[in-house]
Amino acid sequence: MTRLVAVDALWFALIACAVGGIVAPIAIARGKRQWLPFAQAAVYANFALVTIATGAMMWALATHDFSISYVAQVGSRATPLFYTVISLWGALEGSILFWAWVLALYSAIVVYTNRNRPGNLVPYAASALLIIALFFHILLVGPANPFHLVSPVPLDGPGPNPLLQNHILMAVHPPLLYLGYVGMSVPFAFAVGALLSGEAGSDGWIRLTRRWTLLAWAFLAAAIIAGMWWSYEVLGWGGYWAWDPVENASFIPFLTATAFLHSVMVQERRGMLKLWNINLVVGTFALTILGTFLTRSGIISSVHAFTQGTIGYYFLAFIAVVLIGSAILIAGNSDSLRTDGRFDAPVARESVFLLNNLLLTVFMFTVLVGTLFPLVAEAARGVKVSVGEPFFNRMTLPVIVALLFLMGVGPALPWKRGSIEDLKVKMIPGTIVGVILAAIVLLLGTRNVYGVLAFAFAGFAGTLNIGEYVIGVRARRAAHGESVLTALRRLFGANQRRYGGYVAHLGIIVVAVGIAASSTFRTEREATLKPGETMTLGKVTARLKDVWGRNEPQRDVIGATVELLAASGEPYAVLSPRMNIYPMSDQPIPTPDVRSTPFGDTYMNLMSFREDGSSATIKIINEPLVPWIWFGGGVICLGALISGWPTRRSA
Amino acid sequence: MNTPVNTPANTPANTPARRRVKPGIVAAIVVLVGAFGWLIWGGLDSNVVYFLEPHELLAKGVSGVDVPVRLGGQVKPGSVKWDEVSSDLQFEITDTTGMIVRVRSTGVPPQMFRDAMGVVVEGRLGSDTLFHSTSLMIKHSNEYRAPKEGEQPKEMYKSLMKVPGA
Repeated sequence: MTRLVAVDALWFALIACAVGGIVAPIAIARGKRQWLPFAQAAVYANFALVTIATGAMMWALATHDFSISYVAQVGSRATPLFYTVISLWGALEGSILFWAWVLALYSAIVVYTNRNRPGNLVPYAASALLIIALFFHILLVGPANPFHLVSPVPLDGPGPNPLLQNHILMAVHPPLLYLGYVGMSVPFAFAVGALLSGEAGSDGWIRLTRRWTLLAWAFLAAAIIAGMWWSYEVLGWGGYWAWDPVENASFIPFLTATAFLHSVMVQERRGMLKLWNINLVVGTFALTILGTFLTRSGIISSVHAFTQGTIGYYFLAFIAVVLIGSAILIAGNSDSLRTDGRFDAPVARESVFLLNNLLLTVFMFTVLVGTLFPLVAEAARGVKVSVGEPFFNRMTLPVIVALLFLMGVGPALPWKRGSIEDLKVKMIPGTIVGVILAAIVLLLGTRNVYGVLAFAFAGFAGTLNIGEYVIGVRARRAAHGESVLTALRRLFGANQRRYGGYVAHLGIIVVAVGIAASSTFRTEREATLKPGETMTLGKVTARLKDVWGRNEPQRDVIGATVELLAASGEPYAVLSPRMNIYPMSDQPIPTPDVRSTPFGDTYMNLMSFREDGSSATIKIINEPLVPWIWFGGGVICLGALISGWPTRRSA
Repeated sequence: MNTPVNTPANTPANTPARRRVKPGIVAAIVVLVGAFGWLIWGGLDSNVVYFLEPHELLAKGVSGVDVPVRLGGQVKPGSVKWDEVSSDLQFEITDTTGMIVRVRSTGVPPQMFRDAMGVVVEGRLGSDTLFHSTSLMIKHSNEYRAPKEGEQPKEMYKSLMKVPGA
């Protein structure tokens, strides 16, 4: 029953998308604007139908309906209800269904919020969204159908991948990633709409696109940080980023979207970079599909790649359609994409944005090449290779340091024409802070060039961004005699986009400092202890109290109770690193325990244990400033929120 | 219908009708892209880690010595020597051709490390014909499967389960 409802809903949604997707272009071509409401209705119908299918899947998961293939694949009666329901995105077919649902939701919001907008842009954009949805519906009734009938019906299933049911962040990271990834479809649809309706040269589509890109960008940033956090909390190696292909897949479109958020300002202010911007929008969308291809086709083996199958070819074909179609549309609009303005002077904010875009593009290509190289090498030469961290670090750290520098210079420069003398004066406090930070880091014993430079430029950029608030508040106080807080509030009110952007900058800087500190000052120690024995790492002394085990319905848990001792010998904290052993997995899932303070974490992992509990091997990692990364992620999103918050003026 | 007009106040009136592409700019772009490509190629060339099986590594001869490699294969049954005091682990990795590479690894082996299991070690082959590993991973298939009878990890820590939870 559930199965039939869901399958029918998906087929009707497919038909709605196919018909709705071609109605608008035909209606506009034939001058039959009275047909356009059909396209709108198709968008709403698609949302309703995919919601029914997704709801049916969640119902089937919750009720353990093992006659449905996806439930039989990821469900298990022993898994807690919460992890059962979120395993909707725990494997290939369910995640494609969830993707289709997010896309349907976004499409409905786009059409609803722009229902009174005149012109052909929105109908064309709705068509583009419906065609994208059509692609995912084809996957859902074809190679990624989650609703196959299983016969005979199994009594129980294996449960989700153990790694994916071991931590609460599994409920956070994937939805955020989808909201970000799928969100990039909307700017792409607007770009297609603008190109088809002949509005590509105007500002209208840019205004629509900018806020949607910001929204998707913020979700993507949050998803990347949450993914780092998940890796830190679940994988047990004490790190959060390894340039793993699936991490890169989420990061690559983030870089092009970041480039767009900056270069779009040059277009709005100066009428330049139109062609570049539309390419960034198309590229970002294509890179999200490429990322899905990499993570979902099974071409790269990882926790994200669920299965081998034919689905990869569908993605490659879709990417080809997107790129070729966009190239034709852009070529047809080359006249309206011609630049209106010109650069006046090398020392101006637009030059910094240009450099920022150049560096972000280089960054993106580097990560893309490093990610794709193993695939190409295996396909072309039949060798299995991996491109490791040394490549990515060596290639990207100079770019990251340069970007941090620009992040400080950009806000300090005016549009059109700035003066070197003014810039020098503005840069003095930042330079002092940067030099002091570099000196401190050097005194602490770091000889890593990029470690020192990252601290220096983060300090520099942070000071210059805060300096913009100081300058703004001072000016308001002088002009209106306001209190500091009032002046700051009105400063945000008067130009929320700009000052929200600086908040996002500060978030990035906090993340950068957290990464720089934790990668340069990390220390670790591993020791095999008997109960009662202690080990010491820096200022941390830990004593193993006991090793224990317990049964839970879906897993066995082995844990160690470890006390952290103060200088007096009194325990001030207790950590319980564990191993969770799931029946379907042949190796235990590490479950480290972390004690966080604002200055860093004490990260403890149970590496192994004697089977009679007489000893355990404990790894302690001192992780300075790691919580700053998570906190900085929050600041980035806050900045995006301030920047993009709808106001009466912009509506 | 919106009129597609975009005229910021600062748009210069003398916008050229056709943009002339300056040869200097083209040359600069070519140089930049070339330099970037050269850098990436160099970076890849020196930082690619090959994934090899014992027979592939041994076939490389001297050129396989002291280069970073990920070596994958099966732990040869009966070859594991583990010295708890010095945290010194030695074992042999073999593949379907029967070729053997001796591996030395420091650090505690993973909990479920045992004979005959698939492993991947990362490190370098020394001139002493010993493979010095810096990381040891259990290789598991991506599709998770339930362990067969007899390889249930449960059996190994049965006695612990009687200890009351802390």
